[in-house]
Amino acid sequence: MPLARTSMHQFHADNKAHMGEYAGWDMPLYYTSPLAEHKQVRTSGGLFDVSHMGRVKVTGKHARKFLEILCSRRISDMQNGQCRYSLVCNEQGGVKDDVIVYRNDDDDYLIVVNAANRAKLLKHFDDVIRSRELTVKVDDTTENTVMVAVQGPKVMDVVGKVSKEIPTLKKYRFAIKNLMIAKVVVSRTGYTGEDGFEAILPSSLFALAKSMILQDIDVSKPDAVIKPIGLVARDTLRTEAAMPLYGHELGEDINALSCGVDFAISLDKHTQERGERFIGQDVLEQTRSSGGPARKLVGMFVEGKRTARQGNPILIAGKSVGIITSACPSPTLDRCIAMGFVDAALTAPGTAVEIDTGRGMLNATTTAMPFYKLAK
Amino acid sequence: MSSPADRQYSKSHEWHKEENGLIILGVTQFAVNALTDVTFAEMKGVGFKFERGQPIGVVESVKTTSDIYCAAPGEIVAVNEALINDPSLINQDCYGKGWLCKIKPSGPLSGTLDAKAYDAENPL
Repeated sequence: MPLARTSMHQFHADNKAHMGEYAGWDMPLYYTSPLAEHKQVRTSGGLFDVSHMGRVKVTGKHARKFLEILCSRRISDMQNGQCRYSLVCNEQGGVKDDVIVYRNDDDDYLIVVNAANRAKLLKHFDDVIRSRELTVKVDDTTENTVMVAVQGPKVMDVVGKVSKEIPTLKKYRFAIKNLMIAKVVVSRTGYTGEDGFEAILPSSLFALAKSMILQDIDVSKPDAVIKPIGLVARDTLRTEAAMPLYGHELGEDINALSCGVDFAISLDKHTQERGERFIGQDVLEQTRSSGGPARKLVGMFVEGKRTARQGNPILIAGKSVGIITSACPSPTLDRCIAMGFVDAALTAPGTAVEIDTGRGMLNATTTAMPFYKLAK
Repeated sequence: MSSPADRQYSKSHEWHKEENGLIILGVTQFAVNALTDVTFAEMKGVGFKFERGQPIGVVESVKTTSDIYCAAPGEIVAVNEALINDPSLINQDCYGKGWLCKIKPSGPLSGTLDAKAYDAENPL
């Protein structure tokens, strides 16, 4: 099957991107160098094509109730114009995906889902709507919209020149802006650990929106305030920020309470006004009442210049105690970092472990996460 | 941009340049593009003897870890010490300053391609 292309494909070609496959999409892996792009986002600003992510509208009489049943986090107390990070779990308490829910109104939501999980979730949505006999309309708008993320410490200065409103948006809030005859959803969200925004707009308006956002910035210039950033740097940025990624820290076979995102799991949400029990809650309640999950996500600093990789075993005194989920040389900290699941008793910061790379052993020490946090 | 014509290329994306009875070994631009920024490179030490198909070193980048092979059996007689402090030499100049090691071969190169054939199989 040919790879899907986003509406920014020509932009990537114009900027000489090195393209590669990601979840069935032909995506920019990097333009010049992942390290340089990483540092560009930490020190100035970067523009990411995130159009491969799924954008699904959920509307109708039971839209709120449907999302309450689906999401591990409360939905009913959300306000219009608010975004909320949540998990979507399976019946076994594993993670089907992590999503961001945008509330337009009590019967009108948008869910942003991972590219790799879009088809699976659309089927799951359909199954839930049928089995619970809900009146909900699901509309997958992924292929006729484009989504960009603009991230970095100088981004709000740039965007402030064209919009007074966007820099005043609070974190995890969004606004709907008019552009020509179309609507643009602009949210103060991201996946890099930096300040910035994400925008969703009709595919046909990308060129216009880009010229408005970037104004006269020539992203191909070496000293541009905002430059295009590929998926390799997106991964090292989110790893430094210890943001989980489906297929790494999150998965169908991984208990949601293991993943370091307990803030997004509300086991009492059904007791609250207009609350519902969510799919997977029964198992997660048992997990918690029996003392918590067997393994938990932990951060590690790895000694030396060699990095661990996903799937490497974690050992103590030669005995396997866990597995690496994500790891990279951290461009910001200039040392190697890793995340992985270890036996729950071993998550205290400062625990010495070894990592078997298959090409030799690395020494590492567990540490609190995130590895990188924006100063307030 | 074509690969230099004065060397032989393996399917695992190393170049082999024969010079004064030795083989100078490095990785190709195609490999560098796939690796992205190299953060670590380490060859087995001088004196390491190996057969064809046996890893003789490793190159790591922000994205991936890759074993290094030589298309001939032999012995490592020199390694590029400059890579210890600056592995990005591989990104900057993979056919020159970013060379990995020198090998005294104990047999012929096998299964390699010339530059033209390699570039045809691995377009940049």
